Amino acid sequence: MKSKITASPYILWMALFIIVPMGLVAYFAFTDLKGNFSTVNFQQSVGFAPVIFNSIWLAIIATAICLIIAYPLAYHISRSTGSRQRTFIMLVMLPMWMSFILRTYAWMTLLENNGLINQFFGLFGLGPFEMINTTGAVVLGMVYNYLPFMILPLYSVMTKIDNSLIDAAGDLGCTPAAVMRDVIIPLSLPGVNTGITMVFVPSVSTFVISKLLGGGSTMLIGDLIEMQFLGNAYNPHLGSALSLVLMVIILICMALTNMFDDAESKEGMLI
Amino acid sequence: MKMKNWLSRGYIALVMFFLYAPILVMIAFSFNDSKSRSHWAGFSWRWYEKLLGNDMALKALSITLIVAAVSAVVATLLGTAAAIGIYSMRARSRAAMMNFTYLPVVNPEIVMGVSLMLLFVLCGVDLGLLTLIIAHITFNLPYVILSVMPKLRQMDHHIYEAALDLGCTPFQGFIKVMLPEIMPGVMTGFLMAITFSLDDFNISYFVSGDRWQTLPVYIYSMTRRRISPEVNALSTIIFIVVLVVLIIVNINDARREKELKKRGGRFYD
Amino acid sequence: MQKNTLISLRNVTVEYDGDQVLKNLSLDINDKEFVTLLGPSGCGKTTTLKIIGGFVNPKEGDVFFDGKRINGIPPYQRHVNTVFQRYALFPHLNVYENIEFGLKISKIPEDKRRPLVKEMLALVNLKGFELRKIDQLSGGQQQRVAIARALVNHPRVLLLDEPLGALDLKLRKEMQIELKRIQQETNITFLYVTHDQEEALTMSDRVVVMKDGNILQIGTPTDIYNEPVNAFVADFIGESNIVDGVMHADYDVTFAGKRLPCADVGFAKDEAVDVVIRPEDWKVSEPDQGQFAGVVESIVFKGVHFENIVDAGGVKWMLHTTQQYDPGTEIGLSILPFDIHIMHKMSEEEYDVQEGGEE
Repeated sequence: MKSKITASPYILWMALFIIVPMGLVAYFAFTDLKGNFSTVNFQQSVGFAPVIFNSIWLAIIATAICLIIAYPLAYHISRSTGSRQRTFIMLVMLPMWMSFILRTYAWMTLLENNGLINQFFGLFGLGPFEMINTTGAVVLGMVYNYLPFMILPLYSVMTKIDNSLIDAAGDLGCTPAAVMRDVIIPLSLPGVNTGITMVFVPSVSTFVISKLLGGGSTMLIGDLIEMQFLGNAYNPHLGSALSLVLMVIILICMALTNMFDDAESKEGMLI
Repeated sequence: MKMKNWLSRGYIALVMFFLYAPILVMIAFSFNDSKSRSHWAGFSWRWYEKLLGNDMALKALSITLIVAAVSAVVATLLGTAAAIGIYSMRARSRAAMMNFTYLPVVNPEIVMGVSLMLLFVLCGVDLGLLTLIIAHITFNLPYVILSVMPKLRQMDHHIYEAALDLGCTPFQGFIKVMLPEIMPGVMTGFLMAITFSLDDFNISYFVSGDRWQTLPVYIYSMTRRRISPEVNALSTIIFIVVLVVLIIVNINDARREKELKKRGGRFYD
Repeated sequence: MQKNTLISLRNVTVEYDGDQVLKNLSLDINDKEFVTLLGPSGCGKTTTLKIIGGFVNPKEGDVFFDGKRINGIPPYQRHVNTVFQRYALFPHLNVYENIEFGLKISKIPEDKRRPLVKEMLALVNLKGFELRKIDQLSGGQQQRVAIARALVNHPRVLLLDEPLGALDLKLRKEMQIELKRIQQETNITFLYVTHDQEEALTMSDRVVVMKDGNILQIGTPTDIYNEPVNAFVADFIGESNIVDGVMHADYDVTFAGKRLPCADVGFAKDEAVDVVIRPEDWKVSEPDQGQFAGVVESIVFKGVHFENIVDAGGVKWMLHTTQQYDPGTEIGLSILPFDIHIMHKMSEEEYDVQEGGEE
């Protein structure tokens, strides 16, 4: 088949709308307001180091919580019968079809000082607790929004683990804990890696969750970038530099997860 | 064993509660006859009525639908053609192209949003419908390619040669033989494109401008300005529509699977 | 030759990524003939087929079809149809629609298509399977659909690319007979590619033995079996004992330490040669009455005959017998002069000479 040319509109499109814009970001990052080459934007970025580290830290916490919640869940779903598996997975995916703005908004109302949760605590004479506009609320928002991104890749790897493998391990003398440690966990690692990337990347770069649930108390790198382009602090040069910093963070994250990945599963994966 | 079963069921139920409780509360309060989001003041349709009278929301909805439809169609056409082209490349350039295709998937959305915004602003293109559609096509393209590619790999590539052998021109061969084979992948790609497009906020936010807000961008601006239970009503409608669509798709899948099983059974008797 | 040539390849060379897969190959195929391209994998037989089908364009050389040069003419404009290796049936169409496909493409009206498809279904014994889906068919049935789908277009030539490779042994034997019958009934030229020598010998009018992009020998099955041109062909066509020998003069050869009369002439004096002896040509006698004396080392029952390995003074001979000998039995072996096949030792360059001689 000599149909290689059919890819050319795509290549052209991606060159125009991915490569050129990325080039612009790089160009802006390395120039000052007058258009001269400069590293001033990066020097300025250093000033935001606390925000950057805070973003990374919160994203790591959210990713870890997602992994802890999702792993047993995905395992239990993958060991259910076929029709149940389908129903559970549909239930996991359904919230994803709602705009994540709406999902975040739902939590806004729940976490308010006179929201339902505080009312519930009030029944026992507790509270009201200060929940909205806290760092905890931001992490909760990340976990809630991106949990399905952790469950689905874990599930799709685990469902391919044949029950006979587990039986075989038991037959060879593994205790249930040993089966988990020596069979299930190693086989599900590719899913863990995908899940970590899929939760970490949107968490570390979000600006909506921190705005809606953090209410300005928690500033993330995403908020910084947004401010440089659409906010009062308009400075696309600094924003571009911060974008590059964000991309480097994500590259490092992916390199780290890929280190634990064997070569075979890497092939179809992200890098 | 029983104990373990209970534990696992209980755990699944707990996580599901976590996932659905906020949505259900939101749905419940969309029928509340008061502006409060914590005190129940009786059942009412008033927020739905108010929503239907809200021209801004309806405009945002129509923009969202137009952008989703146009960008999904274009992305599906371009992406399918691209997948076929990439598939017929040699191994090395194919691998390079696939890595290139993954790039926008792993790139944070906010970076894609601001980079496109830079491009449009520098080129003097007014932010609006056109920029929205271009942006949506751009982030949808990889998903179409990634869902068509496996179907191409599964396909017996001899069937295309067989079509030529039986007198098809290359174009006829594509339409009559190859397309029916990769159609499931093309459809998946199209549906994914629609879904991502309807749902997108992070990129649309940077390229939509003030007058061409998509629904998520509009909702965001609503939540920023003032909280109104109209948002609840809107969410409820969206949730119900998605639920119905998903159930229909699922029932269809289940029926097809059953049919396949039945047909498989007939082969052996 | 009063037979008219339908296809001829003239000095065809094909390269993939700088590798020559066909080297200056020439071949004529006559009308209504059943020709088999036989050779190990990678010998260029499938490439030859693809040149005729129009899927591969030769780098050098010409392809003629019915006297017209057809280089560069795309597959869909050739009066040739192919039965593909793994059938390549269209999974989204049923049996009837698959067979009808080519007719539909060439815009033959519905009422004319129907009887043609029915006729084909009868020819390949698939009446009543019209509405079956492809994945509901067994391998043998899929094979028949593939043949019908190609033949319904009444091609001048049917190309078959290892069509029986995916079938089990019993089905393969049935299909061999079936294919020969179909070829005779339809009177269409069949060009058949296989690596299975038995298939080639059973069905073909002529066999073309190929190796490394060259043609080693062209001939009828009996010619090729009885008079292989070299040790490779001899070994590829049936089982053989091949040993080194020296040809002293016409009718006079030494091998395995014995000087024996033979039927071959035309070798240089004391030329080093390959000596080929078919395992079924040995005559067994008492140990002291044979040309060679040996000990039966092993015996395997093969259904029709026993396959013995006999050690005769350090040289191991394979022979087929109908009688069973216990391992350890001493026997005598003899061979008639015309059952000793003497062959030139061949080097790479000499293949080309051989090929030239065939034209």
